[in-house]
Amino acid sequence: MRVLVVEDDPILSDGLSVGLRMAGFSPDAVGCIADAETAMRASAYEAVVLDVMLPDGSGIDFLATRRQANDRTPFLILTARDRIPERIEGLDAGADDYLGKPFDLDELAARLRALVRRNAGRATSALTWNDIVLDPATLAVSRAGKEIPLTRREFTILRALMERPGTVLTKPALEETIYGWQEGVESNAVEVHVHHLRSKIGHGVVQTVRGLGYRIGGELP
Amino acid sequence: MNSMRARLLMILLLTTGAVWASAATWIYISTQAQVERVLDARLREAARMVSSMVTDERVHLASAADAVSLPDFVPRSGNSYQRQLSCQIWSMEGALVSRSDSAPETRLAGDADGFSISEVDGEEWRVFTVANAERDVRVMVGDNMHIRNALVRDVMLGTLLPMTLFLPLGALVIWFSVRRGMAPLDDMASTIASRHGGDLQPVKVEKMPSEMLPVICAMNGLFQRVAAARQRETAFTSFAAHELKTPLAGLKTQAQIALASGDADVQANALRQIGSGVDRTSRLVRQLLDLAAIEAADQAPELLRGRPAQVVEQVVEELPTKERSRIRIEQSGSELEARFEPALLQMAVRNLIENAIRHSPDDREVLVRLAATGNEVEVLVEDEGPGIPESELPHVTERFFRGRDRAAAGSGLGLSIAEEAVMRIEGVLRLRNRDPHGVSAVVLLQGAGD
Repeated sequence: MRVLVVEDDPILSDGLSVGLRMAGFSPDAVGCIADAETAMRASAYEAVVLDVMLPDGSGIDFLATRRQANDRTPFLILTARDRIPERIEGLDAGADDYLGKPFDLDELAARLRALVRRNAGRATSALTWNDIVLDPATLAVSRAGKEIPLTRREFTILRALMERPGTVLTKPALEETIYGWQEGVESNAVEVHVHHLRSKIGHGVVQTVRGLGYRIGGELP
Repeated sequence: MNSMRARLLMILLLTTGAVWASAATWIYISTQAQVERVLDARLREAARMVSSMVTDERVHLASAADAVSLPDFVPRSGNSYQRQLSCQIWSMEGALVSRSDSAPETRLAGDADGFSISEVDGEEWRVFTVANAERDVRVMVGDNMHIRNALVRDVMLGTLLPMTLFLPLGALVIWFSVRRGMAPLDDMASTIASRHGGDLQPVKVEKMPSEMLPVICAMNGLFQRVAAARQRETAFTSFAAHELKTPLAGLKTQAQIALASGDADVQANALRQIGSGVDRTSRLVRQLLDLAAIEAADQAPELLRGRPAQVVEQVVEELPTKERSRIRIEQSGSELEARFEPALLQMAVRNLIENAIRHSPDDREVLVRLAATGNEVEVLVEDEGPGIPESELPHVTERFFRGRDRAAAGSGLGLSIAEEAVMRIEGVLRLRNRDPHGVSAVVLLQGAGD
């Protein structure tokens, strides 16, 4: 799940990147509005974590501009100014959620998951396909009630596929899902992760659509 | 005396008392003189009447003296005076011809006509003597002074008693008036006393007596200043709290990562981040304290003569070792003297040096030097960082202004603190880009002069 973190404090920004990655997200971090605009033009994010007081302007204004441009990405505002009138201002500007600093990393992750789930129109965060259940909150995957330990990247690939069963995801699309742009991508990384994933979860779940990419479910070619 | 009311009461009572006393004295003296004159006139009339009656033979000579006590002649004004007049008729040879009942047998006066005072049988008499040449007698009419004094005393008492009775009543009226007169003060005191601590509204002046206006206006002025100071403090506290929330959020996040991650590298990195986060937060706290100190100061600081080099040395000494080793102080201007306030200059120089260190590459030095220009002394802090974009130069001393391209984002307070501190010591802060790169911050101080 790719999220964009817009935060100018270097230590907090680093913490958010590392923490969200640990929680199963693929975060990109930027320090100002100009960089955020560039990043959002370049890639699609499932959610944005936005600070309000940024060196080149107010996050609230940035959010309002995005909403005017019909951007529906879920925004979570993260700010020191978290009194009720300020929360109202932020929510009215188009924020989907609001979290005051300092916050709990787990709560931030849970709220982000909720935002993404709501945006996708699902009622629960757990994804189910046949007898496979994937819970993004606990990063747990089970098949027929039996827990299957996965690495973070394997988990991310499985989730991306389970979010849209039957849809073919291309290799570059999966790469983008599992790597933020700070991380280097090895050329055959996706193949390697899918290989491990198949060996752990059992065959017949992740299908290769030759020349296109991967998918879960759907008609066999 | 501390009570205004008591003082006013005392003044009013004393002056009223003094006026009363002099009025009473004046009434006493004039009444006494008046009564004496009236009584003397009666003595004379009575003596002349008796004399003329003797001449006209309207009464027998032997009983003539009793005529003075006749009712139609003596006004019966009061019982005690009824028998007051005493009359003696003496022959020219010195024999007592006649005397009224109240008169003593001893001769009342000498041969001289007119008023006289004599003492007869131990009592004092006021006597008027008329010589009647036709009948060869002397008519003497006298007042017993004992009785006359009693009369005077009665008259005095009749006048002074009501006045004396009025005295406590007057005091009461004065006390009451003073109370009433001072009521606005009490009203104001109770109005202010009933206020709660946060109510710094000005006291309404419309209904107040004009005498109290100066006090109320002064008080309202104070209220206003206190309210402004309080507002400043509240704004500052809220600002400080907000500024601290972000670094705290960073620390908390990193701590959670260190706890949750099983990866030793991730943990080590999180702990390193916590370390530098604490450093940054400490610096922010110090800057906030600097800001509070600058804002709280109402009065212009006292500028003292001193060596700026000493301040620079002290600032550098207090830096962490790693940063200290990057500072180079040029010694040539170390003897220069200027006028400044040490704490404020220190604040300015420290923020400039920290700023220079944070914005220049780790392997580059920050040069601090002093130079004299005309009557002024310059403290220069020069770094070899990227410099400040020309468009941002006018804004860098604004509070919270943070450049866009900075890797090491600060609080946006350092330069603003430096400028405000320099301004308070009547100096000037100038920032300019160096060629080819870097920033030169110049603090212009007033020379020591003579």
